[in-house]
Amino acid sequence: MVYLTRKIEFSASHLYHNPAFSAEENRRIFGKCNNPHGHGHNYVLEVTVAGEPDPATGMVLDLKELKDVLQREIIERMDHRFLNYEVPELAGQIPTCENIATAIWKLLEPRIMKGSLHRVRLYETPDLFVDCYGQSPNGRGAR
Amino acid sequence: MTAANSVKPLHIVLTKRYRFAASHRLHNPAFSEDENWRVYGKCNNPYGHGHNYTVEVSVSGPVDPGTGMVTHLGELDGFVEREVLEVFDHRNLNEEVPAFRGRVPTTENLCIEIYNRLRAFPSAHVERIRVEETGLNSFEYAGGA
Repeated sequence: MVYLTRKIEFSASHLYHNPAFSAEENRRIFGKCNNPHGHGHNYVLEVTVAGEPDPATGMVLDLKELKDVLQREIIERMDHRFLNYEVPELAGQIPTCENIATAIWKLLEPRIMKGSLHRVRLYETPDLFVDCYGQSPNGRGAR
Repeated sequence: MTAANSVKPLHIVLTKRYRFAASHRLHNPAFSEDENWRVYGKCNNPYGHGHNYTVEVSVSGPVDPGTGMVTHLGELDGFVEREVLEVFDHRNLNEEVPAFRGRVPTTENLCIEIYNRLRAFPSAHVERIRVEETGLNSFEYAGGA
């Protein structure tokens, strides 16, 4: 098995607010991420596809195809957007790194035609990132 | 969301990076002077030396639907601050950290010590610890032998 990773960047704004919580609770739980006007990040996304190289092409999948999928599904949907208001996949959710990575997994997983999606790693900052894996048989996702 | 997605829960691992600076000396009193020098080289310099360490703490668990989080970051920060940063930052690992009395403070041992200190984190499962001694050397430990 070979693991191929493609990296992209997008910039977006968001805020954390749960309408089921009081204003004080929102402030206490989410801190400055609850600022009503939002704030932004330069997100870095690493998408890892696992597979066997095709004997004829030597490729797990055509990187150009992966690039196009990432452009269409992620960049066009999320880059320079306000995630809470402009990305339907995140509607009704707190757009944390966990939830964005999960939404990205669900967008990409059915569109990887060769090999299989192994990991989505989303950096909110260089010091904070989330990895999303499909469930592994032991219930704990492979590394 | 497709039906396939809804029956297949995803495994989410959150990683946060922390930094501390500390000094150490690699020296085993059971070895002769020559052996210490042969094994540890300049890391055996009697006055020690220091590094800017980076610690990656990876935790996993279900995402709380109310907060969208595996764990509240403030809780993780507080726990790491208390259990790791306050213990190691700006310390001499050999002289000031009891775990390294009688144990060589290599970054392998430091990584295991940090894992053992953090594994009791109450809000999420500690998946693994990764310690960078410099930008060029790193060590990972996920428990077990």
